Amino acid sequence: MNEIEQYLAPRRLDEALQAMANGDATVLCGGTDLAPQTESGARQYTAKLLNIRRIDGLGGIAAETDQVRIGAVTTISEIRCHPALAEIAPVLVEAAEHFASEQIRNAASLGGNLCNASPAGDMIPPLLVLGASVELACWRGGAVQTRLIPLERFFVSPGKTVKLPEELLTAVVFDRPAADFVGKFRKSGPRPALEISTVSLALGARIADGLLSNVRVAMGSVAPTPLRARHVEAALEGKPLDAASIAAAVAATAEDAKPIDDVRASAWYRSHLVRVFLEEVLNDVRGN
Amino acid sequence: MMSVETEIRFKLNGREVALMVPVTMNTLSMLRDKLGMTGTKYACGEGECGACTIRIDGKTVNSCLMYAVDCDGRELVTIEGLRTPEGLHPVQQAFVDHGAVQCGFCMPGMIMQADYLVENNPNLTREEAQRGLEGNLCRCTGYTKVLDAVEAVVEAKKCCGRC
Ligand SMILES: Cc1cc2nc3c(=O)[nH]c(=O)nc-3n(C[C@H](O)[C@H](O)[C@H](O)COP(=O)(O)OP(=O)(O)OC[C@H]3O[C@@H](n4cnc5c(N)ncnc54)[C@H](O)[C@@H]3O)c2cc1C
Ligand code: FES
Ligand code: FES
Repeated sequence: MNEIEQYLAPRRLDEALQAMANGDATVLCGGTDLAPQTESGARQYTAKLLNIRRIDGLGGIAAETDQVRIGAVTTISEIRCHPALAEIAPVLVEAAEHFASEQIRNAASLGGNLCNASPAGDMIPPLLVLGASVELACWRGGAVQTRLIPLERFFVSPGKTVKLPEELLTAVVFDRPAADFVGKFRKSGPRPALEISTVSLALGARIADGLLSNVRVAMGSVAPTPLRARHVEAALEGKPLDAASIAAAVAATAEDAKPIDDVRASAWYRSHLVRVFLEEVLNDVRGN
Repeated sequence: MMSVETEIRFKLNGREVALMVPVTMNTLSMLRDKLGMTGTKYACGEGECGACTIRIDGKTVNSCLMYAVDCDGRELVTIEGLRTPEGLHPVQQAFVDHGAVQCGFCMPGMIMQADYLVENNPNLTREEAQRGLEGNLCRCTGYTKVLDAVEAVVEAKKCCGRC
C-alpha cells in the first residue's frame, strides 16, 4: 500500500528538486490528470506529494526574444489568451482554444499535459511542429542540473516519457517561427468541448514562392505516442501546394498513422479522419 | 487509503479560515464535508459537468479536481459568496427572472461560471457565453433560457455599469 508521508509546496526550485532527488515524489500541478487517475486507482501516490505551483519562476510566457519560453506551470488559459503567442505561434493558441472547458483550462498546466504523456495530449502536436524542446531539471552533485530534450524524443509510450523520477519539467522552449511560417491544428471528437481527441493533427511549414519547406506534420491518437509523420512530410517538402502534392501527402498518411480500435473510435475511422484533416489543413493553407 | 493531514489557511468568501485537511482531499469534499458549505454541488466528480465550479484567485475551476491543499494562501469564492447584502446577486436574479432554473442542481456551478464570463467580458456575445459554459452540463433547461439570462445581465451592465 502506498501512503503519502509528506506534503510539500516549496517556493524555490532547488528545494523542490532536492525533495525529488530520491525519485519518491508525486508531482502535483493543476491536478486535472492526477486527481482522476489516483481516484480511480490507475495511479498510486508515492511517499511525497509535491505541489509545484508555488515555485518561483516556473510560470510565465516569454515570447519577445528569438527563443520562446513557456514555464511548466503556465495554464492552458494563459496560452489561449496570450497576445504575442497568438501572433507568432497561432497553431498553439488554436489547440488551447479547443482544449477541454474553461474551468479545466484555468487549472490545467502545459507541463502536466506533456508529462501525462497521453497519445491524445492536445498541446503536443502543435509543439512538435514548432520544433519545441523540454527543459528537465534535477538536483545532482549538490547543484541544479538541467538538460534539454527535443519533444519528439520525450515520449516513450502512453503515460511514459524519458523524464527520470527525480526530474522536473521546468519549461518548454522553441525558436521563434520565421515570418513565413504557417501552422494549423485540427482535432476531433463527438462534441466540440470536453473531448479527448479521437485524432489530432498539426501542420507547420514555411512557404515561400509557392514552395513548402521545413515541413512538419504531427499527429495525436494514431499511435502509442504523438508522432511526427515523416512520410507525409517527405511528400510535401520542397513541393508546391497543388492537387498532386496534396494527394501524395494524403496517401502517405497510411505509412505514418497506425491507429488502434478503442472505445473512442475504430482504427478505420481514425485513419479516415487523418486523411480528411490533412487534406483540410493543406487546402486551408493553399486557400490563403 | 490513509493520508497525512496538513494545515491550510485561505480566504473563503472573504473570511479567513484555517483547517487540517488530508493532503489528497479535493476542494469539493473539503467545502461540503469539512466546512458544511453544501451550495457547491457534487455530480460527476471528474471535471465533466461543472456542478462544482468555484472561483480561486478570481478564476473558475472544477473544485472536484482541485486538491484542497492547493487552496492554501489563496482566495476562494463559492456560490454562497455571491449573495449581496441586498439579496440575490444580479446574475442569480436574472436566472430567476428568465425562468432559467428547473431542478436547480447544476445552477450553483452554472451561475458561478456565468458570473465569471460576464465579469471578464463586458461585451460577451451569446455565442461567447455558449462557449464559456461548455463545461457546465444541465439536464433540464436545454440552455436557451440560461443564455437569455446571461444576455440580460450583459445588457443590464451596459446600461448602468454598476451591477
Ligand atoms: C474533463 C477533462 C477534460 C480534459 N480535456 C482535455 C483536452 O481536451 N485535451 C487534453 O490534452 N487534455 C485534456 N484533459 C487532461 C488534462 O486536463 C491535461 O493533460 C492537463 O494539461 C494536465 O495538467 P495538470 O496541471 O492538471 O497536471 P497534473 O494532473 O497536476 O499532472 C499530470 C501528470 O504530470 C505530472 N507533472 C505535472 N507537471 C509536471 C512537471 N512540471 N514536471 C514533472 N511532472 C509533472 C504529474 O505528476 C502527473 O503525473 C482533460 C482532463 C479532464 C479531467
Ligand atoms: S462534479 Fe466537478 S465537474 Fe462534475
Ligand atoms: S436545472 Fe436541472 S440540471 Fe440544470
